Amino acid sequence: MATETTARASSGERTRAQHLRRLLTHVGLIGFGLLMLYPLLWMLSSSFKPTEEIFRAPGLIPETFSFGNYPEGWTALQHPFHHYLLNSAIVVAGAIIGNLVGCSMAAYAFARLEFRGKRLFFAIMLATIMLPIHVVIVPQYILFAELGWINTFLPLIVPKLLATDGFFIFLMVQFIRGLPRDLDEAARIDGCGHVRIFLQLILPLSLPALATTAIFTFIWTWNDFFSQLIFLTSPDMYTVPVALRTFVDSTSQTSWGPLFAMSVVALGPVFGFFLAGQRYLVKGIATTGIK
Amino acid sequence: MSALLQRRPAKAPDGPAAAAPRRRTGKPPAPGKKRNENLAAYGFLAPWFLGLAFITAGPLMASLYFSFTDYSLIGDHNWVGLENYERMLGDSRLHSALRVTFVYVFVSVPLQLALALALAMVLDRGVRGLPLYRSVYYLPSLLGGSVAIAILWRQVFGAEGLINQVLAFFGIQGEGWVSHPDYALGTLIVLNVWTFGAPMVIFLAGLRQIPAMYYEAAAVDGAGPMRRFWNITVPMLTPIIFFNLVLQIINAFQTFTQAFIVSGGTGGPSDSTLFYTLYLYQRGFGAFDMGYASAMAWLLLMIIGGFTAVNFLASKYWVFYGD
Repeated sequence: MATETTARASSGERTRAQHLRRLLTHVGLIGFGLLMLYPLLWMLSSSFKPTEEIFRAPGLIPETFSFGNYPEGWTALQHPFHHYLLNSAIVVAGAIIGNLVGCSMAAYAFARLEFRGKRLFFAIMLATIMLPIHVVIVPQYILFAELGWINTFLPLIVPKLLATDGFFIFLMVQFIRGLPRDLDEAARIDGCGHVRIFLQLILPLSLPALATTAIFTFIWTWNDFFSQLIFLTSPDMYTVPVALRTFVDSTSQTSWGPLFAMSVVALGPVFGFFLAGQRYLVKGIATTGIK
Repeated sequence: MSALLQRRPAKAPDGPAAAAPRRRTGKPPAPGKKRNENLAAYGFLAPWFLGLAFITAGPLMASLYFSFTDYSLIGDHNWVGLENYERMLGDSRLHSALRVTFVYVFVSVPLQLALALALAMVLDRGVRGLPLYRSVYYLPSLLGGSVAIAILWRQVFGAEGLINQVLAFFGIQGEGWVSHPDYALGTLIVLNVWTFGAPMVIFLAGLRQIPAMYYEAAAVDGAGPMRRFWNITVPMLTPIIFFNLVLQIINAFQTFTQAFIVSGGTGGPSDSTLFYTLYLYQRGFGAFDMGYASAMAWLLLMIIGGFTAVNFLASKYWVFYGD
């Protein structure tokens, strides 16, 4: 009896200690999370502050709440900001379609078909994932200049259609390999050709991998600066990152409010896709290889 | 591409092996079928072959050729032999670009990975609300490479920026961090460390794979938390650590946007943020010195390839593949 009581008391103590530890962990994690996010939150709040206050007030609540930065930033450049948003949207849409088409086709071949040179080509494909764009940018520029594609969206879209984002091929190969082969075999016995198996069987089943590809392509293309800076030099064709860059270069101390406002606008879609696509982002990381 | 590498999850080390054609189960294909599949495969791969020829491998070879010429987009170009490479030896801006980039890579990547591992270990202890924490910590990885965040950084670490406003609260007079040659690179290192979420998610997935019974057995044998960390967690996690290390190093070598925006494209103050890729951009697309830029591109490829190869070779001595 006595021992039982002591045991209960000590286990009660232990759970109390555990509770305390858990609480402290959460406090630490939340505090750290806030520290991480603080600059983002501060930028959001600062986009509603007059510029003069941005350089004075580290707090999150604007003393004078004003919406004026947004209309001011929207019209600060040569074109209204929706012009650049639309350009970015075109590039991103093209890149997504390109990656979905080009990479899924290549992935089907690598995952399901036997052909000469498969191992070699697959190794080359993996190697291209590691290839820095800076190494190929000069010849690409020369090629696109010859074709008259500079200041069009083609240099940003056509490569995607040609399945040059090996990462997504790899992601889809891993996914398709996980699909049961019996389905293909059954379809083949029923007389389906590869095109039908690909279009009507593999693609519908690969929807999660396609969604992951679309979301990652959206975020990376939306954020991409290097290639857009190089291939788009006329203000008519500027995308959001390039437009922001000209904005920041022309900005004096007085227009940081509008600049912040447009930065918030630029980050908005990424944040939205992040919220909507979290499940696929995490899953994408899981399907690409970690056992 | 750089963002792409940043978030490419595991299994690179044995990637090529995974390419081995899987032995088909079931009946062997009919004799006539084989050629059929070859044709179909090349059909499905047609876009990829075109991409290889015109976007990746082709331009890779072309840039090797251009690196031996004085190509400049206008006028004829001439074969100049090794002249571009010789110029690189005496180019002091190139040397500072190399120094800046190496410091950035070798300071920011270890810090970033250490933070990622530490947070992953805390989150792996069955914390409630894990998905929320994971998302919050992952968010900066998605945004970190964007122009908007670089703009934010320029303000936050500016003379009258957020950091100095907070320091002023404690009575400290801060520097203009981004405009001081000694600190500007540091602000970009902080930015890279801030994006620790992507490797953290990969660590977290790796930690999940370590069987709980190892820890239980070690605990029964009286191993404390430190010993469990060094003798179970670290060895079991070495493939993931290796993977993150390779990717983050490759990725860090290619940093461009942040340095470009924070320095207004100059790499200043006094070349302290002149990243390699930024200098390459200035030579190739500012001065249209494309032959030289191509030679620089190949040096970059050699450096990245060299470090990756060393990484792979060294991995034999410290990476532990359980089975």
